[in-house]
Amino acid sequence: MRIKLPIALGLATCLVVAAFGPAQGADKVKIGFVTTLTTGAGVIGRDMKDAVDLAVEHIGGKMAGIDVEVRYEDDGFKPETGKQKADKLVKADDVDFVAGFIWSHVLLASRKSVLDAGKFLISSNAGPSQLAGKLCHENFFSTSWQNDQTPMAMGEVLNRKGVKKLYVMAPNYAAGKNMVAGVERTFTGEVVGKDMTKWGKDAQLDFSAELAKARASGADGIFVFYPGRAGPAFIKQYEQAGLVNEIPLYTVFTVDSISLPLLQKAGLKGVLGSLMTQFWVPDLDVPQNHEFVSAFREKHGRYPSFYAAQSYDTIFFIKSAVEAVNGDLEDMDGLRAAMAAADYPSVRGPYTYGNNHFPIQNFYLREVVEDADGNWTTRTVETVYTAHQDSYASECKM
Amino acid sequence: MAPPGVASALARLRRGSRDRRSLAGALAFALLAAAPLLTAWLDQPFYLDLATRILILATAAASLNLILGYGGMISFGHSAYLGIGAYAVGIPAYYGEYSAWLQLPLALGASALFAFVTGLVSLRTRGVYFIMITLAFAQMVYFAFVSIEEYGGDDGLVIDLRSETGGLVDLESNPQLYYVSLAVLALVTYVVRRIVRSRFGLVVRGSRDNDARMQSLGYNTFRYRLACYVLAGTIAGFAGFLLGNFTSFISPEMMDWTRSGELIFMVVLGGAGSALGPLFGAAAFILLEEFLSGFSIYWPLAFGLILILVVLFYRGGLDGLLDRGARTTRSTGSSNPSSREPERCSTDPAS
Amino acid sequence: MDATLVLTQLLNGLQLGVLLFLLAAGLTLVFGIMDCVNLAHGSLYMAGAFVCATVTLATGSFLLGILAALPAAFAIGVVVEVLVIRHLYQRDHLDQVLATFGLILVFDTLVHLIWGPEGLSFPLPPILNGQVTLPGGVVFPIYRLLIIAAGLSVALAMWVVIARTRTGMLVRAGASNPRLVNALGVNIQALFTLVFGTGAALAGLAGLLIAPITEASIGMGNEILIVAFVVIIIGGIGSVRGAFVAALIVGLIDTLGRSFLDGAMKLVLSNQAAETAAPAVSAMLIYILMAAILYFRPQGLFPPRVR
Repeated sequence: MRIKLPIALGLATCLVVAAFGPAQGADKVKIGFVTTLTTGAGVIGRDMKDAVDLAVEHIGGKMAGIDVEVRYEDDGFKPETGKQKADKLVKADDVDFVAGFIWSHVLLASRKSVLDAGKFLISSNAGPSQLAGKLCHENFFSTSWQNDQTPMAMGEVLNRKGVKKLYVMAPNYAAGKNMVAGVERTFTGEVVGKDMTKWGKDAQLDFSAELAKARASGADGIFVFYPGRAGPAFIKQYEQAGLVNEIPLYTVFTVDSISLPLLQKAGLKGVLGSLMTQFWVPDLDVPQNHEFVSAFREKHGRYPSFYAAQSYDTIFFIKSAVEAVNGDLEDMDGLRAAMAAADYPSVRGPYTYGNNHFPIQNFYLREVVEDADGNWTTRTVETVYTAHQDSYASECKM
Repeated sequence: MAPPGVASALARLRRGSRDRRSLAGALAFALLAAAPLLTAWLDQPFYLDLATRILILATAAASLNLILGYGGMISFGHSAYLGIGAYAVGIPAYYGEYSAWLQLPLALGASALFAFVTGLVSLRTRGVYFIMITLAFAQMVYFAFVSIEEYGGDDGLVIDLRSETGGLVDLESNPQLYYVSLAVLALVTYVVRRIVRSRFGLVVRGSRDNDARMQSLGYNTFRYRLACYVLAGTIAGFAGFLLGNFTSFISPEMMDWTRSGELIFMVVLGGAGSALGPLFGAAAFILLEEFLSGFSIYWPLAFGLILILVVLFYRGGLDGLLDRGARTTRSTGSSNPSSREPERCSTDPAS
Repeated sequence: MDATLVLTQLLNGLQLGVLLFLLAAGLTLVFGIMDCVNLAHGSLYMAGAFVCATVTLATGSFLLGILAALPAAFAIGVVVEVLVIRHLYQRDHLDQVLATFGLILVFDTLVHLIWGPEGLSFPLPPILNGQVTLPGGVVFPIYRLLIIAAGLSVALAMWVVIARTRTGMLVRAGASNPRLVNALGVNIQALFTLVFGTGAALAGLAGLLIAPITEASIGMGNEILIVAFVVIIIGGIGSVRGAFVAALIVGLIDTLGRSFLDGAMKLVLSNQAAETAAPAVSAMLIYILMAAILYFRPQGLFPPRVR
């Protein structure tokens, strides 16, 4: 008893002490940022965190004269953990905005916690179709894109290139399904084979069986969506299997500023010349973009990825809203109206919001090339879509 | 009728620190009963969430303790029941059916059925084969739910509304859900305690220590162990029902094998084979995780080291520590019949 | 389906099988001789991949990477054995599961601290990066053929060592009756450390072989470890021969399931349902196989004879 009681009391004390832990500062703009900082996908989270930190630095750490505080939470690449962290941000930390979210399934799981608490939810990457359609919400905004849009642009490209038979590969989760649905919506040829592979922290990274099927399918194009570390792994095996000269590669969100240096270091020339579509590119001729890309490269010695660009935008996006209401964070209607106006210097140039609060924006076709300095990068081939709106907006009753 | 040897073992077990334990248990539950008032007073609803999570996982750990701590059956697939219980809330809710009086029986029935079928196969094996076959069954459930596209697959399902109890309690209210979880944990702790001290429990424990002897005494130990296994699975399904309601989100991730490992850790940390051990273990585990993960993204390093050190130097769990205060030496032997340490899991010395 | 595709997939299955064998061989020996469950075996696989990747990137030579990674994995294995595992031999399996579960967390976080979250990707020498055309028109990556050859050579070497040498005799004796070996005055502790280190080196070999195909990444060993456990359970704990047979069975079932199951399921299900269900069902196949085998043979396919 003499020992048991202190332990029971100790546990209770832990709860109490923990409860007093986070300081309650009311005179701050508090932004919760949920991303993946551990597991192999942590490299994406790091890019996003670096961009947010850079943006906060660029605005002098203030919005409308109020100090900005960003709290990062790691979702561990798991929807359940992401939801717990979102709960914590709105309940324990009492943040004003919850932003971030690489993964569509994490965002879908966390959505209710944030919106029910009456906070703003801002996606800096994930764009699941549900949130664009039936589950759209007045307090949800995206600074990225709806998942289907980029592959839809790719579908158009495939048609123009005269691809008749397409082999499709994507991870089996919310965004993967959207990507496949997107390309199938616009591609007019035949999809001769499709593989949805295991995703998550135990994602399948060895594609030998799938690539053999692709070769046997007689496809004249292969479309893949493999974000993060799965991208370089896929491209390596695509090249090792000798498919480079047999089936041209078309990608979305697979080849980016995170994977290209890795691919170049690994000497995987098969990726050169492959095509992809994208809403933003590092060399886009927009003043805000020049500033962002050069500052990011100077600070971190690498090109920012599109994840970084969207995260950088997120901070300026929030700033424009906070300034529109002169720092009155209680003025939800004012904040919402200011956000819907998208009146901020986005790195992608000006864009507008649809009724579902997803951007209406351009999509570009990019080709992987070697630049004058010998670095592998991408160059713009053409603009595929101008001011393109996603296909789910009509399902959104807002 | 219990043979004399069993009866005397029972008598020996009943002596000892039982009264102090009951008092400590009552105190712990009284403290827990005050938690919602405390968090409301502090205006920290998040910590009520944390406490609810502790209670629910403690319930799951208590059910694992029943088979692991007392029965020597190291199940490495206990998270499957959490998942089955949670999906029994989520799948009806997906079709707009929110009644707890449908969901709860479904959760308990499905868990019991799953435990019965897998128990029939698993309990034929011993030792590490048992660990691995329970893991295999859990992996099967995991991949089954990953594959069911209709219910979200890997993405999981958001549960719009918590179970409706027809006016009995309002689970949408976090304090009420907390009290329900507390009541369930108290009930389960009590039931497990009663079972362990019953003749049934003695047979299961006897089978853990020396299965051949129990069989020669005329017990069909397989049936006893199977019944125990099914009961534990059903209780864990109940915990899953609460967990599904609590998180309002279900995904196959709940059944990940690492979650089963965490449940084992909770049981061992609290002291395998002790009635209050699961509560202490779950509380220590979750608070430690919350505390460490707030510090650094490298928190698993500290967590892993603590895990290793606990195993290497600190046997018997938190609950065992309490007993040890009175003892003079740190005994690692298991000659003491009231020892709380699980036996070597290859419990079949004849083989 | 055409014969070329089937042949290719058989080779792919074989390649996965030998990889699993390399991982399972050490696991089954540690299990059989020391009666110790080592969940952290996958961390040694990861260690092999990271050391090889680091050295290959620094020196530009894959061969040097291999030559550095194998002793490194062996050394890490020895250190882990001396610091942690050695103290677990006399413990129950529960303690072993927990402590080695803790080791996984420690290893994963250490890799995160040392190499960052992004993992390491490194090039194969150009000569290994191509393909060969085999009889029957099968175009197959050279490197995957190399993995098959390496795995089969290791299996052969292990057979020779275990069947023909004194150390091998002790290992066999240890697997079937550890107490007796100890009683005969053999330095069982040194034998244990040697066996554990060798198992670690084999796991490291598996890791460095797969790294050029996927990459070296945090936690890469955790999922394949579970599959390796399935392999040794099916094969019978302590049996290297069993591990070999089971590894090939599991590798083939997994690969053939991934490639042909959706086609087979399309015969009875809608296209959409088959495409999404197939990967998960094929992932379940090996566990169903394991449960079925344990139901009929609770000790696996090749249990060590005397126990």
